[in-house]
Amino acid sequence: MPSSEFRVLSPTAILGYGFPAASFEAGVDRRPDLIAVDAGSTDPGPYYLGSGKPFTNRAFVKRDLRYMLVAGRKLGVPVVIGTAGGSGAAPHLAWCRTIIEEIAREEGLSFRMAVIPSDVPKSVVRAALAAGKIESLPYVPPLTEEALEGTTNLVAQIGLEPVMAALGEGVDVVLAGRCYDPVNFAALPALRGYDEALALHMGKILECGAIAATPGSGADCAFATLSGDAFVLEALNPLRKFTVESAAAHTLYEKSDPYHLPGPGGVLDLSACSFEELGGGAVAVRGSRHVPTIPYKVKLEGARPVGFRTVCVAGVRDPILIASIEEVLEAVRTQVRSMGGGENGELHFHVYGRNGVMGDAEPMTAAGMPGATIREAPYELGIVIEAVAASQDEADTLASVTRSTLLHYGYRGRISTAGNLAFPFSPSDTPMGKVYEFSVYHLMELEDPENFPSREGRETVTFNKGRIEG
Amino acid sequence: MKTKLRLIDAARVIRSKNSGPYELTLDVLFADRKTYELFRDRRLIDPPLVAGLYGVAEGEVSVVWFEPANAVKATLRRRLPSGAPGDSDIYGAQQHGPLLGLEWEL
Repeated sequence: MPSSEFRVLSPTAILGYGFPAASFEAGVDRRPDLIAVDAGSTDPGPYYLGSGKPFTNRAFVKRDLRYMLVAGRKLGVPVVIGTAGGSGAAPHLAWCRTIIEEIAREEGLSFRMAVIPSDVPKSVVRAALAAGKIESLPYVPPLTEEALEGTTNLVAQIGLEPVMAALGEGVDVVLAGRCYDPVNFAALPALRGYDEALALHMGKILECGAIAATPGSGADCAFATLSGDAFVLEALNPLRKFTVESAAAHTLYEKSDPYHLPGPGGVLDLSACSFEELGGGAVAVRGSRHVPTIPYKVKLEGARPVGFRTVCVAGVRDPILIASIEEVLEAVRTQVRSMGGGENGELHFHVYGRNGVMGDAEPMTAAGMPGATIREAPYELGIVIEAVAASQDEADTLASVTRSTLLHYGYRGRISTAGNLAFPFSPSDTPMGKVYEFSVYHLMELEDPENFPSREGRETVTFNKGRIEG
Repeated sequence: MKTKLRLIDAARVIRSKNSGPYELTLDVLFADRKTYELFRDRRLIDPPLVAGLYGVAEGEVSVVWFEPANAVKATLRRRLPSGAPGDSDIYGAQQHGPLLGLEWEL
């Protein structure tokens, strides 16, 4: 175990979310040994993974990266970026790589960069499936050949090993595909002999930037100092601080079980963890443990197209229609079907002001549910007509016919006979393009995590005053 | 004498979020250790309650009490996986509403 401290600067919760320059500079002044960032998430839904598009803004990804790369070169310390482009598949990695190349050119930077793809060939997953080495996560249907076949992008959340291997070769920048979020922060200290469990737990908190501080922010920096038996968390903005409660509460965030956080090859066991306030907005964390799982498992993520979507947004301000909206929408649905509209499509009404946010689980509309209270009907509703069909044309047709049918539907008690909907826009209908769903969200066993998914796809790129060599 | 205990008064944070695309997780961070212990010792939040509130089966809800944060976490099956056609809350960040109305007579 090294006797010195290891300092890490996490600029933001997700690359492209931004951070105050003053916070970042304060972090750089503390002379970090590593600047690292998580660049993605599955939270924005399956579209981004499936389509290969980023969910973050290019200009802001470039802005954030420019600060990081320039500071990394100035300090002479590694910069690690994981889950490039938001979902970490090949097109996302290429997108982020181009941005780095632009910055290197514009700033005349010299560095060596390892590029680590995390795309998993379908043949590998197919073989694992046949060998019984694929496991469903809770509520995820078993993986099928059909789901695998339709999947457009398939990645694995890689663990520490490939990133450690790249850093072990002395590169200055690591650009990785889909990565277990804490890996970006934990790989370098783990390589230098720091406790893996503490490093991963530190990464688990740092990957969200200042979200774990109070007041929390996804667009501000966090700083951690790792030593032999603890890591200390600090905010870099005088507006924020870490408290025992904020640090401990973050352990709950987006997790199913706060004591056991499963990741590639092991489980972070926090049941013996302690949090201590050191004053000045700093919190020390101790006692994290990492329990390897044998065999080694990684999480696979894949998405596939399931059709095309068209939406139409409209408002209703008529109390008579509002009172019978459910019944009217069902009647419209039936009439559209009877006219042959969208026979193979799916039609959903999102009724804001009623149950647009919670759907069927909305207790205010489901009688007899605890927590339900009686209140007056809303004076207006927002309706989103969502049509999903096999082609954009069919989705457009279903949305259009539903819109026109609802607009002029003669419901019982109607006194407003000119039209039932207020459209904020012309055109009223918006084709949304392809709709994706998660098609793979499973664990896969593997033998050699360091060389997974493959050694061949990895590259080391050398920049000399901004120019790519070789 | 009976007193009314409302969750909205007892908690500092009540939130919901995806835990992956197939699960929704609800966090309640209580105001202090004493309140946490009151809720935990009486198991005022348990799988049947959450299952009833969210219209899922009891077996689809897990509840974990987490003392370091004076918190309780309930994780349940999402009605639809995140982003599936018809899903209404991709991030799952606005599903906490039903918890705000919870109250008990003690």
